Formats: sequence, C-alpha cells, structure tokens
Amino acid sequence: MSAIIDYAPLLWQGLLTTIMVAILGGGLCLVVAFAAGTARLSSHRIVRWPAAVFVETFRGTSLIVQMFWFFYALPFFGIQLHPLTAAVLALGLNEGAYAAEVVRGAISSRPRGQTEACIALGMTPALRLRRIIIPQSIPAMLPPLGNVMVDLLKNTSLVSLVTVADLTFRAQMIRSTTGETTAIFLTILVMYFVLSSLLALLTAWLERRFALDRKAKSIKENVRELTKVGPL
Amino acid sequence: MIWDNSFALSIIPLLLQGLWVTVKITLLGTAIAAALGLVLAVVRRLAIPVVSPVASFFVIFIRGTPLLVQAYCAYFVLPLYGVSFDAFTTGVVVIGINYSAYMAEVYRSGIEGVPVGQWEASTALSLPRGRVWSRIILPQAFRTVVPMLGNYLIQMFKDSAILSAITVVELMATAQAIGSSSFRYLEPLTLAALLFLAVSYPASQIVNRLERRYAPKH
Repeated sequence: MSAIIDYAPLLWQGLLTTIMVAILGGGLCLVVAFAAGTARLSSHRIVRWPAAVFVETFRGTSLIVQMFWFFYALPFFGIQLHPLTAAVLALGLNEGAYAAEVVRGAISSRPRGQTEACIALGMTPALRLRRIIIPQSIPAMLPPLGNVMVDLLKNTSLVSLVTVADLTFRAQMIRSTTGETTAIFLTILVMYFVLSSLLALLTAWLERRFALDRKAKSIKENVRELTKVGPL
Repeated sequence: MIWDNSFALSIIPLLLQGLWVTVKITLLGTAIAAALGLVLAVVRRLAIPVVSPVASFFVIFIRGTPLLVQAYCAYFVLPLYGVSFDAFTTGVVVIGINYSAYMAEVYRSGIEGVPVGQWEASTALSLPRGRVWSRIILPQAFRTVVPMLGNYLIQMFKDSAILSAITVVELMATAQAIGSSSFRYLEPLTLAALLFLAVSYPASQIVNRLERRYAPKH
C-alpha cells in the first residue's frame, strides 16, 4: 500500500490526463454527433451518404484499430500526429459515430406536426432545426448520450496503448517499477469506478433539469400542496 | 507508392487466422456472458438478502470500469495468487464476465417486460417456482432479449481487440505484429479494420432484421 502513497503524485497526473482526454474527446464526440446525425437526416443525397459511410465505418470497426491507424498508419501519408491528438481524434470520432445515431433517432422520433407547423410559420430549415426540433429532442437524447459518455470515459484507458500517459499508463509504469501489482490495479479500478459514477450522476441531474414535463410536474405538485392545506 | 499491394496480399492468410481467433473469443465469451448474465439477472430479481445486493454491486462495478483495466487485473494480479491461465483463456473469461454485467441488464428488462398477469396466473395454478421461471417467464423474456444479445455479440466482436493488450494473438495483435516486424503499419491495420467491418456490418444488418421480427406485436 505504501507504493500507492509514494506514487500518488504520478497517479494524480495520470488522473488529470484521463479527465482531459475525456473532456476533449467528449467535446469532439458531441460536435461529430450533431454534425453527422443531422447530416444523415438531410434530404440531399450528397450530404446524407458521406455521413452514413462515416457512421457505419466508425461503428463497424473497433476503437483500438482506429486509434492505432491514426497513430501508426497516418505517418505513411506524411501526417505525423501527436499521440494525444491521435487518441482524442479516434475517441471523438468513434463515440461520435455512436452518438450520431442517438441524435438521428431522437430527432426523427419528433412528431411530424412540429415540422409542419414550422413550415406553416415560414421558418427556414436551419431555424426549424435550431429553435424547434433540436431543443425538443434534447430530453430524449440525454439518457443514451450519457451512456455514450460513460463508454467514452472508460475507453480513455485505451489511449495508454498509444503512449498517452493517462491513469492506466501510469499504473503500468508504477507496477513495473514497484511490483505492487494488486494494490495499484485495485486503486485505479476504484478511481475509474468513481469517475464513471460521477458522470452517471451528472447525466441523471441533466435529465431531471431538462425533463419535458418539468413544468407540468411542478404545477401538479403545487396543486397537491394546495389541497393538502385544507378545503379551499 | 504508399500502398504495397503484393505485401497486402501476402499478409491476408495471417490476418484471417487472427480473425478466426477473434471469432472464437467472441463466441466463447458470448456463451459465458449469456449464462452468467442470466444467473445474475435471476439472482437480483429473487431479492435474496446479501446475495442479491452483492450481485447488483458486481454488475454496477463491472459496468463502471474499463475492460482494459479488468483484463490487466486478471492477467497480472491473479497469477500472484496461484491462479494462472494462458492469455487466450484469461481473455475469454474476462470479456465474458465483463459482458455478463451488460447482459444481466438486458435479461432484467426482458423479465420486467413479462406482464404481471403471467406471474399471477402461475401462482393461481400453484406451479412450482422452478417451473414458473423455466416454462413461463424466461421463454417470454427471451423474445425481447434475443436481438439485444445480438447487438452485444457484435459489440464484443469489436471489443475483443482490446485483449491484444494482454498478448492474446487475435486479429488486432496479428496486425500489430506484422506491422512491427515489417515496419509497414498501413496495410495490416487497414486490412484489419476492413475485416472487422466485413464481419460486423452484415451481422448488424441481420440483428436489425431479427429486431423487427421479434418485436412484440401489439
């Protein structure tokens, strides 16, 4: 156990790297998700097809293959990426492809009447999407997007394989210098568990915050409060 | 020339061998996950003191930690306590246990989807507990579970590449080994990606079909 205390600063740095990779990857994932998700719903084939090919390719191959491809194969085209860039790019694009399907599903499950009403009011397609359709789809998107984010967080451990010094990478380093295998691996298991639990809590809070019937619920509760007081 | 065609052709047999190992891991892993997941789901549902909460915590903990770190734990920690298997067996067991936690949730949703009336009818007929599970509840639960199990099968096929980190020689590890020995990474990695896609894309189309066929009819 003493090894853990001695090497705590190293683990701390690894934790910060893991969190940074998760935030950068998560940001990229959201951008990719909305870009590819809405592109797949476009009425133009030129927009729809590339998005579909992107999503199916990134969902159909493993993340680790993509990460190694960005890191080891791109140099053959003269593009040398920093390990961190390759890792974040692979994470963001891979999880973004999964999230794009979530975005597409949530948007296409909106009632047709909403779009028709927008058209009747003379809104442009972009305005329709930005002001009406996407805000309405957010509550339906949140739970599955939360799952994608937890997956992304757990998959940040793979960046250690392309030499990014994250939590898993540091743990391997400490393991090979001290030989405290059990203690170190149990420690990072718990650290990852705490991180993903916090992320799950954050998603649950966002879900409550953006629940569609929030207003309806509060009115109902108010009525109940009033009736509790006594006969009006 | 960036892409060397004859080199690419020469490594295909090796990569196919790797793909076969990946498929074996997936099938064996799915078998473990499907069986253990069912046990976990039923144990949680039975609400046995101590045992059920432990099963619940197990599921949550496994779902909250990365597969890679779990694989490292099994590969590096267990031998210290005299439990040691070869990399392939360790890999299959780890990925099987990892997915059993996800499958347990799938089974749970399937079991919860069985109407309460079915339980009540079984009680009214005073069927024994074991028969209620095996003949009434689980067969109905499986109907909704099958396509979701298919999705996890495909997911596991792709995730098994992570096991290359604990020296399981599957498709990804083969591609990497070819890359490091020939100093050409482009062909093996691209072909590995294409092989993954060639299996998982048609498989996901089949699962989509199953989903439509097994969808509960209302």
